[in-house]
Amino acid sequence: MSRALITMPTTAKRGEIIEIRTLIAHPMETGYRPGADGAILPRNLIRRLSCRYFDGRDDVEVFSAELFPAVAANPFISFCTIATASGTLRFSWSGDNGFAQTESVTLTVT
Amino acid sequence: MNGPLDFHGWQRRRLLCATAGIAGVLWLRKAPAAQADLAAAIAAFAAGAPVRAGRVTLEIAPLVENGNVVPIKVEVQSPMSEADHVKAIAVFNERNPQRDVAVFHLGPRAGRATVATRIRLANSQQLVAVAQMNDGSCWTHGVDVIVTLAACVEP
Repeated sequence: MSRALITMPTTAKRGEIIEIRTLIAHPMETGYRPGADGAILPRNLIRRLSCRYFDGRDDVEVFSAELFPAVAANPFISFCTIATASGTLRFSWSGDNGFAQTESVTLTVT
Repeated sequence: MNGPLDFHGWQRRRLLCATAGIAGVLWLRKAPAAQADLAAAIAAFAAGAPVRAGRVTLEIAPLVENGNVVPIKVEVQSPMSEADHVKAIAVFNERNPQRDVAVFHLGPRAGRATVATRIRLANSQQLVAVAQMNDGSCWTHGVDVIVTLAACVEP
Protein backbone atom coordinates (compact mmCIF):
# COMPACT_ATOMS: atom_id res chain seq x y z
CA MET A 1 0.00 0.00 0.00
CA SER A 2 1.25 3.40 -0.95
CA ARG A 3 0.33 6.56 0.82
CA ALA A 4 -2.35 8.35 -1.18
CA LEU A 5 -3.67 11.85 -0.59
CA ILE A 6 -6.95 13.07 -2.00
CA THR A 7 -7.88 16.71 -1.49
CA MET A 8 -11.46 17.61 -2.32
CA PRO A 9 -14.45 19.18 -0.58
CA THR A 10 -16.59 16.73 1.40
CA THR A 11 -19.72 18.82 0.98
CA ALA A 12 -20.95 20.67 -2.10
CA LYS A 13 -24.06 22.25 -3.54
CA ARG A 14 -25.90 20.33 -6.26
CA GLY A 15 -24.43 21.20 -9.65
CA GLU A 16 -21.31 22.76 -8.20
CA ILE A 17 -18.01 22.04 -9.94
CA ILE A 18 -15.53 20.64 -7.44
CA GLU A 19 -11.79 20.37 -7.88
CA ILE A 20 -10.14 17.10 -6.90
CA ARG A 21 -6.41 16.78 -6.33
CA THR A 22 -4.78 13.38 -6.00
CA LEU A 23 -1.28 12.41 -5.03
CA ILE A 24 0.17 8.96 -4.49
CA ALA A 25 3.59 7.87 -3.28
CA HIS A 26 5.25 5.90 -6.09
CA PRO A 27 8.77 5.99 -7.63
CA MET A 28 7.46 5.97 -11.26
CA GLU A 29 10.69 4.27 -12.39
CA THR A 30 10.99 5.05 -16.10
CA GLY A 31 13.01 2.06 -17.31
CA TYR A 32 15.53 4.40 -18.95
CA ARG A 33 17.60 5.23 -15.88
CA PRO A 34 20.79 3.44 -14.73
CA GLY A 35 20.99 2.43 -11.08
CA ALA A 36 23.98 2.62 -8.74
CA ASP A 37 25.60 -0.44 -10.41
CA GLY A 38 25.18 1.00 -13.91
CA ALA A 39 22.49 -1.46 -14.94
CA ILE A 40 19.18 -0.07 -16.19
CA LEU A 41 16.54 -0.13 -13.46
CA PRO A 42 13.46 -2.08 -14.54
CA ARG A 43 10.37 -0.06 -15.38
CA ASN A 44 7.87 0.36 -12.55
CA LEU A 45 5.08 2.78 -13.37
CA ILE A 46 1.54 3.61 -12.40
CA ARG A 47 -0.18 3.32 -15.76
CA ARG A 48 -3.69 4.42 -14.99
CA LEU A 49 -5.82 6.42 -12.58
CA SER A 50 -9.57 6.18 -12.71
CA CYS A 51 -12.21 8.05 -10.74
CA ARG A 52 -15.69 6.54 -10.49
CA TYR A 53 -18.61 8.49 -9.04
CA PHE A 54 -21.23 6.31 -7.39
CA ASP A 55 -24.30 8.35 -6.46
CA GLY A 56 -26.44 5.48 -5.11
CA ARG A 57 -27.88 4.64 -8.56
CA ASP A 58 -25.23 4.92 -11.23
CA ASP A 59 -21.55 4.16 -11.05
CA VAL A 60 -19.93 6.35 -13.72
CA GLU A 61 -16.28 6.79 -14.56
CA VAL A 62 -16.04 10.59 -14.55
CA PHE A 63 -12.30 10.79 -15.16
CA SER A 64 -9.38 8.60 -16.09
CA ALA A 65 -5.75 9.19 -16.94
CA GLU A 66 -3.11 7.15 -18.73
CA LEU A 67 0.36 7.84 -17.40
CA PHE A 68 3.68 7.39 -19.20
CA PRO A 69 7.32 7.49 -17.97
CA ALA A 70 7.33 11.29 -18.41
CA VAL A 71 5.05 11.72 -15.41
CA ALA A 72 7.04 12.73 -12.33
CA ALA A 73 7.54 10.45 -9.31
CA ASN A 74 4.69 10.52 -6.78
CA PRO A 75 2.16 11.33 -9.51
CA PHE A 76 -0.02 14.33 -8.81
CA ILE A 77 -3.16 14.73 -10.89
CA SER A 78 -5.90 17.27 -10.47
CA PHE A 79 -9.22 17.48 -12.29
CA CYS A 80 -12.81 18.65 -11.84
CA THR A 81 -16.21 17.05 -11.59
CA ILE A 82 -19.79 18.16 -11.05
CA ALA A 83 -21.35 17.29 -7.68
CA THR A 84 -24.55 15.65 -8.95
CA ALA A 85 -25.75 13.76 -5.86
CA SER A 86 -24.45 12.51 -2.53
CA GLY A 87 -22.29 9.46 -2.96
CA THR A 88 -18.82 8.04 -3.05
CA LEU A 89 -15.91 8.80 -5.33
CA ARG A 90 -13.63 5.85 -5.85
CA PHE A 91 -10.06 6.45 -6.99
CA SER A 92 -8.15 3.49 -8.42
CA TRP A 93 -4.51 3.51 -9.42
CA SER A 94 -3.08 0.56 -11.32
CA GLY A 95 0.32 -0.13 -12.77
CA ASP A 96 3.29 -2.36 -13.38
CA ASN A 97 4.11 -5.34 -11.14
CA GLY A 98 0.43 -5.73 -10.32
CA PHE A 99 0.21 -2.39 -8.54
CA ALA A 100 -3.38 -1.63 -7.58
CA GLN A 101 -4.78 0.69 -4.96
CA THR A 102 -8.23 2.09 -4.34
CA GLU A 103 -9.29 4.95 -2.08
CA SER A 104 -12.79 6.24 -1.47
CA VAL A 105 -14.07 9.65 -0.45
CA THR A 106 -17.66 10.37 0.56
CA LEU A 107 -19.24 13.49 -0.86
CA THR A 108 -22.39 15.02 0.63
CA VAL A 109 -24.40 17.09 -1.83
CA THR A 110 -26.97 19.54 -0.51
CA MET B 1 60.88 26.96 -38.07
CA ASN B 2 57.40 28.28 -38.76
CA GLY B 3 56.73 25.58 -41.28
CA PRO B 4 55.88 22.60 -39.05
CA LEU B 5 53.97 24.83 -36.60
CA ASP B 6 51.90 26.27 -39.42
CA PHE B 7 51.30 22.80 -40.70
CA HIS B 8 50.10 21.69 -37.27
CA GLY B 9 47.85 24.76 -36.92
CA TRP B 10 46.38 24.06 -40.33
CA GLN B 11 45.76 20.43 -39.49
CA ARG B 12 44.21 21.35 -36.15
CA ARG B 13 41.94 23.88 -37.80
CA ARG B 14 40.90 21.37 -40.43
CA LEU B 15 40.12 18.78 -37.75
CA LEU B 16 38.11 21.31 -35.71
CA CYS B 17 36.17 22.36 -38.77
CA ALA B 18 35.43 18.76 -39.69
CA THR B 19 34.29 17.94 -36.12
CA ALA B 20 32.10 21.01 -35.98
CA GLY B 21 30.66 20.11 -39.37
CA ILE B 22 29.85 16.54 -38.32
CA ALA B 23 28.32 17.74 -35.04
CA GLY B 24 26.27 20.31 -36.95
CA VAL B 25 25.03 17.71 -39.41
CA LEU B 26 24.12 15.31 -36.56
CA TRP B 27 22.25 18.08 -34.74
CA LEU B 28 20.41 19.12 -37.88
CA ARG B 29 19.51 15.53 -38.65
CA LYS B 30 18.26 14.92 -35.08
CA ALA B 31 16.04 17.99 -34.77
CA PRO B 32 13.70 17.27 -37.71
CA ALA B 33 13.54 13.59 -36.66
CA ALA B 34 12.26 14.59 -33.19
CA GLN B 35 9.79 17.00 -34.80
CA ALA B 36 8.55 14.28 -37.16
CA ASP B 37 8.12 11.84 -34.24
CA LEU B 38 6.12 14.45 -32.35
CA ALA B 39 3.94 15.19 -35.39
CA ALA B 40 3.35 11.44 -35.89
CA ALA B 41 2.34 10.98 -32.22
CA ILE B 42 -0.10 13.90 -32.45
CA ALA B 43 -1.55 12.63 -35.73
CA ALA B 44 -2.07 9.17 -34.19
CA PHE B 45 -3.95 10.72 -31.27
CA ALA B 46 -6.05 12.94 -33.58
CA ALA B 47 -7.09 9.84 -35.58
CA GLY B 48 -7.19 11.62 -38.93
CA ALA B 49 -8.86 14.85 -37.78
CA PRO B 50 -7.06 18.10 -38.61
CA VAL B 51 -5.29 19.56 -35.58
CA ARG B 52 -5.88 23.29 -35.26
CA ALA B 53 -4.30 25.81 -32.90
CA GLY B 54 -6.57 27.42 -30.32
CA ARG B 55 -9.08 26.70 -27.52
CA VAL B 56 -6.34 24.96 -25.50
CA THR B 57 -4.01 26.64 -23.02
CA LEU B 58 -0.96 24.78 -21.78
CA GLU B 59 0.42 26.48 -18.69
CA ILE B 60 4.07 25.77 -17.87
CA ALA B 61 6.98 27.84 -16.64
CA PRO B 62 9.06 28.86 -19.70
CA LEU B 63 12.28 28.34 -17.73
CA VAL B 64 12.36 25.09 -15.78
CA GLU B 65 15.06 24.71 -13.13
CA ASN B 66 14.40 21.08 -12.21
CA GLY B 67 13.30 18.78 -15.02
CA ASN B 68 12.34 16.03 -12.57
CA VAL B 69 9.20 17.80 -11.34
CA VAL B 70 7.59 20.25 -13.74
CA PRO B 71 4.04 21.39 -12.92
CA ILE B 72 1.80 21.72 -15.97
CA LYS B 73 -1.84 22.69 -16.35
CA VAL B 74 -4.05 22.30 -19.41
CA GLU B 75 -7.26 24.26 -19.80
CA VAL B 76 -9.66 23.88 -22.70
CA GLN B 77 -12.39 26.36 -23.58
CA SER B 78 -15.51 24.24 -23.76
CA PRO B 79 -19.02 24.44 -22.33
CA MET B 80 -18.61 20.77 -21.23
CA SER B 81 -22.24 20.03 -22.05
CA GLU B 82 -23.63 16.73 -23.30
CA ALA B 83 -23.61 18.12 -26.86
CA ASP B 84 -20.20 19.82 -26.79
CA HIS B 85 -17.47 18.57 -24.49
CA VAL B 86 -13.84 17.57 -24.38
CA LYS B 87 -13.35 13.83 -24.74
CA ALA B 88 -9.63 13.64 -24.10
CA ILE B 89 -6.60 15.80 -23.45
CA ALA B 90 -3.16 14.49 -24.35
CA VAL B 91 0.25 15.98 -23.68
CA PHE B 92 3.23 15.21 -25.91
CA ASN B 93 6.90 16.12 -25.71
CA GLU B 94 9.60 16.40 -28.32
CA ARG B 95 12.80 15.06 -26.74
CA ASN B 96 12.08 12.68 -23.86
CA PRO B 97 12.76 8.98 -24.60
CA GLN B 98 9.01 8.56 -25.30
CA ARG B 99 6.70 11.06 -27.01
CA ASP B 100 3.68 10.51 -24.74
CA VAL B 101 3.46 12.29 -21.40
CA ALA B 102 -0.12 11.61 -20.30
CA VAL B 103 -3.63 11.18 -21.69
CA PHE B 104 -6.65 12.36 -19.69
CA HIS B 105 -10.16 11.16 -20.48
CA LEU B 106 -12.97 13.53 -19.58
CA GLY B 107 -16.67 13.83 -20.23
CA PRO B 108 -19.62 16.13 -19.64
CA ARG B 109 -19.51 15.15 -15.96
CA ALA B 110 -16.18 16.97 -15.58
CA GLY B 111 -17.89 20.38 -15.56
CA ARG B 112 -14.67 22.15 -16.43
CA ALA B 113 -11.97 20.95 -18.82
CA THR B 114 -8.98 21.65 -16.60
CA VAL B 115 -6.34 19.13 -15.64
CA ALA B 116 -3.01 19.55 -13.89
CA THR B 117 -0.11 17.21 -13.22
CA ARG B 118 3.65 17.15 -12.70
CA ILE B 119 5.96 15.82 -15.39
CA ARG B 120 9.60 15.11 -16.24
CA LEU B 121 11.55 16.86 -18.98
CA ALA B 122 14.84 15.40 -20.21
CA ASN B 123 15.83 18.41 -22.30
CA SER B 124 14.94 21.89 -23.47
CA GLN B 125 12.17 21.10 -25.89
CA GLN B 126 8.68 21.72 -27.19
CA LEU B 127 5.66 20.53 -25.24
CA VAL B 128 2.30 20.15 -26.95
CA ALA B 129 -1.18 19.74 -25.48
CA VAL B 130 -3.92 18.38 -27.74
CA ALA B 131 -7.62 18.36 -26.87
CA GLN B 132 -10.04 16.06 -28.66
CA MET B 133 -13.69 17.20 -28.66
CA ASN B 134 -16.68 14.89 -28.77
CA ASP B 135 -17.22 15.82 -32.47
CA GLY B 136 -13.71 14.54 -33.24
CA SER B 137 -12.11 17.94 -33.84
CA CYS B 138 -8.69 18.52 -32.30
CA TRP B 139 -7.20 21.70 -30.88
CA THR B 140 -3.65 22.28 -29.80
CA HIS B 141 -1.23 24.57 -28.01
CA GLY B 142 2.55 24.16 -28.04
CA VAL B 143 5.05 25.75 -25.68
CA ASP B 144 8.85 25.87 -25.88
CA VAL B 145 10.50 25.15 -22.55
CA ILE B 146 14.09 25.64 -21.43
CA VAL B 147 15.28 23.07 -18.89
CA THR B 148 18.42 23.73 -16.86
CA LEU B 149 18.55 20.48 -14.84
CA ALA B 150 17.41 17.56 -16.96
CA ALA B 151 15.50 14.57 -15.64
CA CYS B 152 16.71 10.98 -16.26
CA VAL B 153 20.40 11.96 -16.17
CA GLU B 154 21.10 11.60 -12.45
CA PRO B 155 20.56 8.10 -11.08
